[in-house]
Amino acid sequence: MAVITTTALVKEYPGGVRGVDGVDVTIADGEFFALLGPSGCGKTTLLRSIAGLESITEGALQIGDRDVTDLEPGERGVAMVFQDYALFPHMDVADNIAYPLKIKRVGKGPRRQTATEVGDGLSLDGLMQRRPAQLSGGQQQRVALARAVATRPEVLLLDEPLSNLDARLRLEARTFLKELQRELGVTTVFVTHDQAEALALADRIAVMKAGRLQQVGTPREVFSRPVNTFVAGFIGSTPMNLVESETADGAVRVAGAPVPLPAGAQGRVGDGAKVVWGARPEYLKWSTTPVEGGIEAEVSVIENLGASVLVSAHRGETRLQLVLDEDDEPAPGDRGWVLPTPRRSLLFDSETTDLIG
Amino acid sequence: MTGEPLLPQAADAPGPRTAAPPPSLGRRMVRHYLSRVLFVVAMGLVLAFFALPMLWLVTAPFDADPSLTVGWPDWTLANFARIAENRYALGSLRNSLVLGLGTMALVLTLGSLAAYALSRVRIPGRDGLLYALLLLSSIVTGTAAMVPTFQLITQIGLINTQIGVILVLAGGVLPTVIFILKDFMDSIPKSYEESARLYGASPLQILTHVVVPTARPGLAFVAVWTVVQVWGNFLVPFLLLRTPESQPAAVLMYTFYTEGGQPDLRLLSAFSLVFSVPVIAMYFLVNRRYGFRFHGGIKS
Repeated sequence: MAVITTTALVKEYPGGVRGVDGVDVTIADGEFFALLGPSGCGKTTLLRSIAGLESITEGALQIGDRDVTDLEPGERGVAMVFQDYALFPHMDVADNIAYPLKIKRVGKGPRRQTATEVGDGLSLDGLMQRRPAQLSGGQQQRVALARAVATRPEVLLLDEPLSNLDARLRLEARTFLKELQRELGVTTVFVTHDQAEALALADRIAVMKAGRLQQVGTPREVFSRPVNTFVAGFIGSTPMNLVESETADGAVRVAGAPVPLPAGAQGRVGDGAKVVWGARPEYLKWSTTPVEGGIEAEVSVIENLGASVLVSAHRGETRLQLVLDEDDEPAPGDRGWVLPTPRRSLLFDSETTDLIG
Repeated sequence: MTGEPLLPQAADAPGPRTAAPPPSLGRRMVRHYLSRVLFVVAMGLVLAFFALPMLWLVTAPFDADPSLTVGWPDWTLANFARIAENRYALGSLRNSLVLGLGTMALVLTLGSLAAYALSRVRIPGRDGLLYALLLLSSIVTGTAAMVPTFQLITQIGLINTQIGVILVLAGGVLPTVIFILKDFMDSIPKSYEESARLYGASPLQILTHVVVPTARPGLAFVAVWTVVQVWGNFLVPFLLLRTPESQPAAVLMYTFYTEGGQPDLRLLSAFSLVFSVPVIAMYFLVNRRYGFRFHGGIKS
């Protein structure tokens, strides 16, 4: 079916700003692929370049075995769901879904039939005669999806597919979206700034910053082995603790306290190196008694997360955050020891911010 | 008024401020009511000033002997029969219709195409161009350009034709129309068109399937506004149409005199009413069908 390959893709705006700056990525057939990054990182520009809504300045884009770099959007075999869904307000649901077929000069009868079939598949039966304004947000999204898949595209592009839904509905739609993608087996690229969404939905994630790819990998890879401090800080529902430190005597000095070297960094860094020590709040433990390799700190703030709490502890100027079970909740002002898991900790080069191990 | 000072004494009055008592409650009430009455009377005069011509327009046509004053009519429908008796009256209404609808069609077609392009394509100096056009447009159909317009239309052989009038009138209203429609199209999200584009729609298909239907309230407004402009325009058709057969109603009215050289009020009043009805009817019809909505910056 359709593999998407970009080769040194560049999108330069008038004035020299590069929205996408030399992206090389191959998206496998049938893959659910996420473009993740903060606003302005170029993820939407890359998606729109694949769609053909932005002209490509340099590089090449292949969909399937065709070079589509200079093709019109309509000739690329891609469908896209926009962030605002872009349902035509003057057409009812059935006409909206059937619109791509109308352009392809399919007759009125078959058009209606396809619209009904696709609509039923997305539980839109009974809503076919309504106008978009008479639908809920979730229903509008399903109509937009139905319109996108009505023509059996080779590639489905989704621009922030869940951002316009209420928090509760978002979870539901997330599962629904994943099921639909599995069912259709269509190569799907979606853009999001929500790392949780990317982790939950995608087979692979591309993390972007300033128009460049930072890391491409499975959700597990980008979560546990971020290639640099940017990815480390961006992925995770609570940001990773990143502390400027120094190595000494085969250990890392985190705010003065000696902490064992992360497992992956053993033998890859000498003494006296300037490093950034990273540990996810979920992987830190709390001890009320002194422990070897623990970091003594004082609890300053406690935030309730439901079944767990987010504890902020200070050691001098250094703040460490850890997620603890609700049963182990300390009180503000308590002193104790933050205990890292060497297997889960990471070390980054302080200068290049790249992962050491 | 008594002339007694109502304000507290000026600064030169010595002693505490209590020296000047506030106006009594009764006097304040009187002042309040007096100002209300004066206000209502003034408003009434303004209202009468504007309402009298309207009243004349709806009563005079039904009066057996209309004058220039408003009065209870001596009911009759005979005045309307005079319209039919006039050789040019009905034809002039048809001419007005041709001019109005012709200009509207031309303006809507060209205006929406131009506005769409101006709204979607980045052109350096676009806003300046639009403002310049808007300013110049008042000259095209204005008094200042009477002579050159007449010469131009004569030279290209369109004198005494409806086409010539339509072209000049369309030229006059187009800048304003483009200005309004561009603003309207700016407010239509681009994702509608991009969506259609992704499905392979051509620019013309995008325009007819997506842009025109979503811009319909704006187009309806512009259509009505154009017809109203043309319907009431006197100068351009007066200059360019030289025979009574081709003149529109607004110009023909100018010739309604009796043999004695007096304005033929019986014909004039009835014709005026017939003349104004289509515009009002069109307003209600279009409003009902398409609705004049403003797509402002306020989320509805």
